[in-house]
Amino acid sequence: MKVALTLRINGEARDVIAPVHKTLLEVLREDLGLTGTKHGCELGECGTCTVLVDGTPVLSCLTLPVEVQDREITTIEGLARGGELHPLQVAFTELGAAQCGYCTPGMLLAAKALLDRNPAPAREDVSAWLAGNLCRCTGYLKILEAVELAAARARGDAPQPTGDGGPPAARVPQRSGGAS
Amino acid sequence: MTAGGGPRFIGRPWARVDGPGKTTGEARYADDLVLPRMLYGKLLRSHLPHARIVRLDTSRARALPGVHAVITGRDLPVRFGIMPTSQDEEALCLEKVRYVGDPIAAVAALDEETAERACEAIEVEYEPLAPVMSIEEAVAETSVRVQEHGDGPVPNVHKNVSLEFGDVAQGFAQADHIREDVFFFQGNTHLPMEQHSAVAQYDAAGRLTLWTSSQTPHYVHRALAKVLGLPMSRIRVIATPVGGGFGGKSDPFSHELCAAKLAVATGRPVKITLTREEVFYAHRGRHPVLMWLRTGVRRDGRITACHIKTFLDGGAYGSYGIATTYYTGALQTVTYKIPAYKFEGTRLWTNKPPCGPKRGHGTPQPRFAIEAQMDKLAEDLGLDPVAIRLANATEPFTRTVNHLRITSNGLRECIERVAEASGFRAKHRRLPFGRGVGLAVSTYLSGAGLPIYWNDMPHSEVQIRVDRGGGVLVSCGAIDIGQGSDSVLAGIVAEVLGLAPSEIGLVTADTDLTPIDLGSYSSRVTFMAGNAALEAARKMRELLVAAASAHLEVEPDGLVVGDHRIHAAAQPERGVTFPEAAALAEARFGTLVTVGSYRPPRLAGPYKGSGVGPSPAYSFSAAVVEVAVDPATGEVRPQRVWIAHDIGRAINETLVIGQIEGSVYMALGEALMEEQVFRKGLHKIPSMLEYKSPTFLEMPPVETILVVTDDPEGPFGAKEAGQGPLLPVIPAVANAVYDAVGVRIDEVPITPDKVLAALDQAARGGVGRVGPRRVPPFRFRDPIKVEPPAGWSVPWRRGLPVAGGAPGLPDDLPTGTAPSDARPRDREAPEEP
Repeated sequence: MKVALTLRINGEARDVIAPVHKTLLEVLREDLGLTGTKHGCELGECGTCTVLVDGTPVLSCLTLPVEVQDREITTIEGLARGGELHPLQVAFTELGAAQCGYCTPGMLLAAKALLDRNPAPAREDVSAWLAGNLCRCTGYLKILEAVELAAARARGDAPQPTGDGGPPAARVPQRSGGAS
Repeated sequence: MTAGGGPRFIGRPWARVDGPGKTTGEARYADDLVLPRMLYGKLLRSHLPHARIVRLDTSRARALPGVHAVITGRDLPVRFGIMPTSQDEEALCLEKVRYVGDPIAAVAALDEETAERACEAIEVEYEPLAPVMSIEEAVAETSVRVQEHGDGPVPNVHKNVSLEFGDVAQGFAQADHIREDVFFFQGNTHLPMEQHSAVAQYDAAGRLTLWTSSQTPHYVHRALAKVLGLPMSRIRVIATPVGGGFGGKSDPFSHELCAAKLAVATGRPVKITLTREEVFYAHRGRHPVLMWLRTGVRRDGRITACHIKTFLDGGAYGSYGIATTYYTGALQTVTYKIPAYKFEGTRLWTNKPPCGPKRGHGTPQPRFAIEAQMDKLAEDLGLDPVAIRLANATEPFTRTVNHLRITSNGLRECIERVAEASGFRAKHRRLPFGRGVGLAVSTYLSGAGLPIYWNDMPHSEVQIRVDRGGGVLVSCGAIDIGQGSDSVLAGIVAEVLGLAPSEIGLVTADTDLTPIDLGSYSSRVTFMAGNAALEAARKMRELLVAAASAHLEVEPDGLVVGDHRIHAAAQPERGVTFPEAAALAEARFGTLVTVGSYRPPRLAGPYKGSGVGPSPAYSFSAAVVEVAVDPATGEVRPQRVWIAHDIGRAINETLVIGQIEGSVYMALGEALMEEQVFRKGLHKIPSMLEYKSPTFLEMPPVETILVVTDDPEGPFGAKEAGQGPLLPVIPAVANAVYDAVGVRIDEVPITPDKVLAALDQAARGGVGRVGPRRVPPFRFRDPIKVEPPAGWSVPWRRGLPVAGGAPGLPDDLPTGTAPSDARPRDREAPEEP
């Protein structure tokens, strides 16, 4: 059975006719061409397909579009505003928090939801909040640093990045620490 | 290098160039590709571990509406495999299946659901065969044969190797103390976040294009040509950004060949993306290895002889297994001066998914064994774990008893600095019960010295084009699998030309557009593609400087390639911008294209099997792990990891630290929880929930120390970082568990049940150990006896040729645009007609 849906995605209203059992993940990727949302398991185990619904992270592989009609959906394509990257995107690039980049869209959206709620999270808060998002490349430490750097910049507590990606003085910590 | 002294990017932290694409959703991975009229493919896979295919009827599937093609083994009968000596795979099994998950038919349909229904409609009748499921069964079985090829002496032996270097009997006779230990390293898998995916298109002109998530597009190119019977010149392979590889996307895979065949059959593009469960069965991950290790030492800890036997559970096909087998014996001698060394190894056929290369390829297992045994030897002799390793550590610019050439070597510094940073000596045997520290060391290749198939061509090639607007385009076959090869290429070229890495255009991993790179495996890309890029960039700089020199009337030696300018060293204002220099050079020399290539020196020793192990340079690492062990639950929690890594010199410090932290993470997963386990051929835990891997909550802080040794052959002195740092962490965890609670877990992963069992055993007066007791009786070959290279342990001087070593390609191959292409000046200003 197919249903006609109107979804609000990244500030735009989008009309879709799709089988009722098709997941939000599939509708985003296949019907709307929003392939920035990735899939790692399609069983709700890895966090890769995370999107925001009214600012809250949800697993799009376990969400049916009919559940989220008339709610505000944010995908990775909607994180930058008017061509200006979100501070999290800048910090992830700068610190190498994205390696293969496959978990990155979900990780960024989950982190945005955290910073929207808590602009100065402790490291344990970040770890606990992101624990449902798996990453196989980074060992998570650069992600923690990047979330903290983005938060600090948003608060005005850290210098802005250089234009060419080069090393500003005293930016990268000499040692990296994880959740202890 | 640039105005103002040292390098602007090399050796420092900077942003990776693919970051913007990867943080915005712009990066297009294989499964993100959608082509007009594209069909979706699915593979039907065996549900039995070992069976003969009696009947295969696809007629019902073909009749389903929306199904465009169904193919079976008859459509793709040519066998393939990554190693020339193991061409044992079929894209679709013809006569029998050898593991649960072995593909037997493929379907292309309008959508995935229809393709799945079509697979279900295929009728297969099997005659089940007895499966061979373990190392012990493979060694003992005499009637059931998993594979048709093998090395003997029993049917399920893929490879049987025996090598002896120096006089091992005499070495053991000289020992004051000898230990024999048995270890087991369970298999585990890569678990990349991205499932494998491939899209094939066969155009009206008869050219095939395959986009695929692959670490080795060149080898996929070769396999496609062989299996499809098309010349390589009619096939284009484009590797898409790889969403995690770790070795798991290094083989040519059935789904790639089937997507291509289905595209040919239907005349429409076909995409096949594996499900997560299929990825667990596609595997090619860490081999389970059973190991017996005998080492003799003098009272002061110096090794007199070492003898290792390895038994690899290979699964059902060859994959990289022959190389893996040799790797279980090759690199022990690169960290420790072992004057007499014997290696016996065998890879066995079992009815399980084939194992292959995973980060560290065949070396983490024996590294676990030798590092755990070194700890035991130290205790036996009353030495501390640091002292016994320093007593045996290899020196820079030496050779090993098995004919491997060591150049730069920071092992000693790694050990000392990691011991110092962690406070190892103050903590070891001094922390309260339940807390402990462990130390281990390791080494790894900066690229395999030999290609997968024998040839004399370069391993990596780079082409640089500079246009009259100052744009720089670098083309190279290297594929970024997240390790940052794009950034390494851009960084090296940017550094030489005085630009920023983010300004360098890149075309990579496209067999139509890019010169070769053999692939992102064996930690080879920074070293080899880096050297090729460096050569091409230096040639381009020479052209730009020559043109600027003529224009500015300053000798080339008096010019500096600075920040986006070329100017007189003495008068910075006297100069041209980079685009101006490019226009001047194009006017003078014509099209500005330079190339560079790299082929490692010939380093293989004088014996069969010597092709595995040589590398133009080795990285070295040492790690200390501090753990807390809960004696009530058996849970091991790493508290902190200190790791020192001899990087040579970092091209990009951010990327290097990222590789090291990622390696530590992956090692902790392998040490404590990850395992690929089967019941009657079925994977017990083929999901990301049940296959446990560390989350944010399990990851301890990591302190990384970069040891700089400036390798003479590495680009800017660089060596590898992607695999070596994984190796010491696993045995360091095992040694830390012993320090914490006094039990030896000689088996990976070190799960709570094993710790509890060992503690229980110790409490009842036992030795407090969990691990295998013996290896099965097995007749290895008579050893090939090899004399060590003369003067092998004495440092040789830099610059001198080494025994068995020939220099790489000459620097001045006449390719691309060269200074000799300069046109006469009078052509620059033709007279008006």
